[in-house]
Order: sequence, then structure tokens, then C-alpha cells
Amino acid sequence: MYTAGIDIGSSNIKAAIWNGSSFEVWSQPTGWDISETSEAVIQVLLDRSSLKMEDLHQVVATGYGRKMCRFAGRSVTEITCHAAGAFHLVKDAETVLDIGGQDVKVIRLDIEGKVTDFLMNDKCAAGTGRFISNMAVLLGYSLKDFSDIPAETEISKISSMCTVFAESEVISLLSGGVAKESIALGLLDSIASRAAGMVIRISDRGPVVLTGGPALNKRLATLISKHLGRPVLTSELAQFSGAIGAALIAAE
Amino acid sequence: MHDIGPIFEMMRNEVAMGPIHIKEISEKGIPIIGTYCTYTPWELINAAGGIPVSLCSTSEKPIGEAEKHLPRNLCPLIKSSYGHALTDTCPYFHFCDMVLGETTCDGKKKMYEYLREIKETYVMQLPQTVNGLNSMKMWKDEILLLKDFLESKFNVEITGEKLSASIKQRNEIHSTMMGFYSLASLPSPVLTGKEIMLGSDYLKFSFDYERTMEVIRDLTLKLKENYASGERRIDPSAKRILITGCPMGKSLEKIVDAIESKENGGVVVGFENCGNLKCSSSLVDEYSDPIDAIADKYLNIPCSVMSPNSKRLELIKKYVKEYRADGVIDVILQACHTYAVETRSVREFLNRSGIPYMAVETDYSQGDTGQLATRFGAFIEML
Repeated sequence: MYTAGIDIGSSNIKAAIWNGSSFEVWSQPTGWDISETSEAVIQVLLDRSSLKMEDLHQVVATGYGRKMCRFAGRSVTEITCHAAGAFHLVKDAETVLDIGGQDVKVIRLDIEGKVTDFLMNDKCAAGTGRFISNMAVLLGYSLKDFSDIPAETEISKISSMCTVFAESEVISLLSGGVAKESIALGLLDSIASRAAGMVIRISDRGPVVLTGGPALNKRLATLISKHLGRPVLTSELAQFSGAIGAALIAAE
Repeated sequence: MHDIGPIFEMMRNEVAMGPIHIKEISEKGIPIIGTYCTYTPWELINAAGGIPVSLCSTSEKPIGEAEKHLPRNLCPLIKSSYGHALTDTCPYFHFCDMVLGETTCDGKKKMYEYLREIKETYVMQLPQTVNGLNSMKMWKDEILLLKDFLESKFNVEITGEKLSASIKQRNEIHSTMMGFYSLASLPSPVLTGKEIMLGSDYLKFSFDYERTMEVIRDLTLKLKENYASGERRIDPSAKRILITGCPMGKSLEKIVDAIESKENGGVVVGFENCGNLKCSSSLVDEYSDPIDAIADKYLNIPCSVMSPNSKRLELIKKYVKEYRADGVIDVILQACHTYAVETRSVREFLNRSGIPYMAVETDYSQGDTGQLATRFGAFIEML
């Protein structure tokens, strides 16, 4: 039996097909036409598995655009899907920190992987993937450059978490002659410190599973771990945890 | 089966007619006192022959104008209140003879300094704690000062008899409202959150108290009879939510809509907020000295401006039990520091009791409805 999950995020649309033992995954930038991109993303996976849409027993959509997906049988919120995905990807996950394109969520799970509590940031791009990409533009960085900051770089503290204020702070640091990589590291550190602050509000012990696009940045995981004094685990499929969770829920 | 629809429809019309009613009251020369907060002792206003009225504070529209005088990062309720006054867009403010406020939070008391330039504003000094004899003494003095003020301003005498009568009437109103609110405690939900809000609005904006009580009693009875004969207006399996936190109003109907949407399938069974359970659940003792009894009721309102405010925790727990709530949603207005700070203690307290809890921060704009719906959806999936 094949099932699929599609996670329609603000920056990227991610999808996963589950055959009962393994996943095929694919993602593409969301663009402006959610329906069209959703169909394109799922088609890539269907082609790759030599399947047709009818072969999918169930499709679950999640993410902020979940209601716009025409081929999904049902929609489930990204909290529940991320929890299911992270629980599958990292055994015994109890705390999930998902840093998405427009929000940050912390989810606490019980030993069976059921959501028992969660937090989301409010009405603000502070500390999200969007914050990183806005700041990247300012520094003339690609997202990959943020991962490749040299290990010995000194952190230049960024005190403002607001995307708008941080922008002027970065500009004034740049004009003050502070090295670009120090500022970049400072930005990552400010995200890490804010994320860690959110984690401890609902979870006080144990490892934290980091998911979402920014989880691909190993440096960010290390900084969060330093702030929390707790291990931060990621998976290569961390970006797909919402889609994977949705595909698993579709198989239930 | 009674047909309930027309009663709600009539109530909705009455709410819309509020501005006409207040104009008529004003034309009769009856003093109209504008109020903003649950701490205002309405009994004294009625005893002085006046009509207390809740002033507009829940629309996003006048906030832009208000921000010309007030900082942007101030709570939307304060900005909206001031903006309505400034732009003369609240009929109740327009027709009121004066405003009666309290030093509840920092934002409000400073806003009143400017409001004074637009309309006469009397501000009662509210203590910051309910504990200790000093607080009660101070608050009682404030009530006596208000009594003197109203007497000289409107050239009346507030006799013990008048005060007892207004206490009795106000208690009756609160009891009637509690009868209506408590319908939501039945095993299968009888009212939607939107209907509960309509009940509170109806009370706010229909000034004929006797008739209001008659309508609410009739509605309550009919809903009860329908329930007894097996009518289930709302999906019995809907997850039941208790709302707590900042005052709910027109712009925050988005919260209730998002919880009760078809997609999320929740139902709000109660509001532990100002204007709802917070103000109607306790009465003024009719057998004590009226001033003492009024001081006692109002000082004990479990608002986050009081420190400490442990009574709120107990009240939430009590309502969770009574209204069979599956979870609690705490609604925080942006920049409302006292309620925002309390989210931690409420969360920890409810978690210890095994009651699911979430807090959301929002303002009067409608831009976050999608995000709110997702959060409430996830919360309800979790219950």
C-alpha cells in the first residue's frame, strides 16, 4: 500500500511517498501557484516510483497551504504531522523543534509519539527561516554560506530579534567594520538563543530533535545545543519531517 | 421544540440598535457614564440615577489615529478605546456625560491622562493587590470618594436604600446571565461560543434591564426544554474549550470562529474573561454594609493586574470542571504584559492538573486568522 504526505510550506513544498518501509521524498520552492507546484512535486515522486495518483491509498496535506491541495484526501495540521515525522525519523524523540519558513514550533511528545503540548511563535518572522534568508540577502550570502562559517569565527552579538530592527543593526555592524562571517554567526546565534528559549518553556530535559529547512545547517544545531546544554539531533530527512509524518498518518 | 433562531435574531438586532437606545436615554436627560473595565462599580452609577455603558474598545479601525498620540507597541484595547474617543466613532462615548476609569494597568492609566482632554474622566485608584488590610481600606475609600463625586456631580443623594436596590438588581442580572452561561455546562453543548458572546453583548447594549432579563430567562428556559426533549444543536463529540485571558470583543471573534470552524470542530463552552464569567460569577453580598460589600466584590475580581493573582488559577480550574472543558486557550493581546506574564503560571498550574493548555498572542488585525486556525486545529487534534 502506498500513501503520500505533502507539506505545503511558505517557502517550499515538500512531499513524501511511503511504501510501508521506506520513503521517496522531493521538494520545490512554493512559488506563487500553490496548486500547480503541489501537483508538480507529487508528480516527480509518482514518476520516480512508477506510480499513478490512483495507486495512492490516501494523501494527507499539511502546512499552511494544506487546504489548497486538490488531490489530498484530508488535511492535518503541521504540528501533528511534524511530531509524527520526527518521531519516526529519530527514535524516542520527546521534544521537537521545527524551524520553518514563517514560524517556529516546539512540540512535546509522550513515549508513544502523541503530542502533549506545543508552542508556536506569534505573528512575527523573528527567528524563522525567513529571517535567515532576509539576512543572507543583506550579507550577500547564500544559505549554504551560513553552514560554512569557519569554526574559529568570533560571534558578533546581534541583540535585536525583530527582522526589521536586526536589519539596521546588521548594517551598522557592517559599516563599523565587523567581519561578515562574525555577523552571520551572530545572526545564527540569535536564532539559536531564541529557539532555545522557546524549547525550555515547555520541555526541560532530554534531547531535542531539530527539523525544518534550517535544520540542514549543522552550525545552527550546535549553537542551539550550546544554549540548551542538551543534545540536538537532526536527520538527513529533517526538512521532510512534516511530509513524512503526513504520509505516515495517511497510512493509519 | 422551541424555535430559538428568532430569539437570537432579535438579540442581534437589539445590539445593533444600541446607539439609538443610548441617544434616547441621553435625550431624556439621564446621566450616562462611560466605562471600560469590569472593576467599575456599576451599582453606584445606577444608584445615582445614571446609566453605565461599556465604551467601544474592540475595533481595529481607530487604532491608526490613536497611534498619532500613543506608542504603537501598546495594547490594542487601549489604543482602540482612545482612538474611538479621538475620532468620535463610538456612539456610547459620544453620548456619555463622563468617563469612569480605574488605574488598572499602566497603559490605561496613562491613556486616561489624554482622554481627559476629550471628555471629563474620573479615575479611581485601584490597589495592586487584594491581600492585606490596606488594600481593602484604600479601595473602600475610593468607592466612598466616587459616591461623593457622583452625588455632587449629578446633584443627587445616593441613599442606602437606593444602593441596596441597585445591588439587588445588578445581582439579579448577573444571576440571570450565569443561568444562561451555565447552559454550556450540560454534557452535550447547547450554545456556541459565538452565541455566548452575543448574550454578553445583548446585556451590554440593551439598557432596559427588566426586559433583558426576561429575554435571557426565556431563552435559557427554551434551550433547556429543547435539550430535555432530546435536541442536540451542536455535535456532542465537539471538543470543549474554555477561553481565558484578555477581554474578548468584536475583533477577537476571529478566535472563536477559528475554534468553531467546520475544519477544527471545537466549541467554546465558557469565557473566563471580563464581561463574562469573571464579572458575573460573584455577587455583591446583600446582607452586609453596601459599601463594604461592593468594595469586597470588585477588589476580588481575579484580574492579572493584581499581584499575586492566584485566585484566577482556581477559577479556571473550577470552570474547566463545571463546563467539562477538554482544554484551555489563553488569549493574550499584544503588549498586555500582565496577562502575558501569567501564561507561565497558568500553564504550569493546569499541566499539574493534567489540563491541556495553550496561549496565543494576537491583536485586533485579521491577518493571523490562518495561523490561529492551524494552532487551534493542532490543539484540538491533541485533545
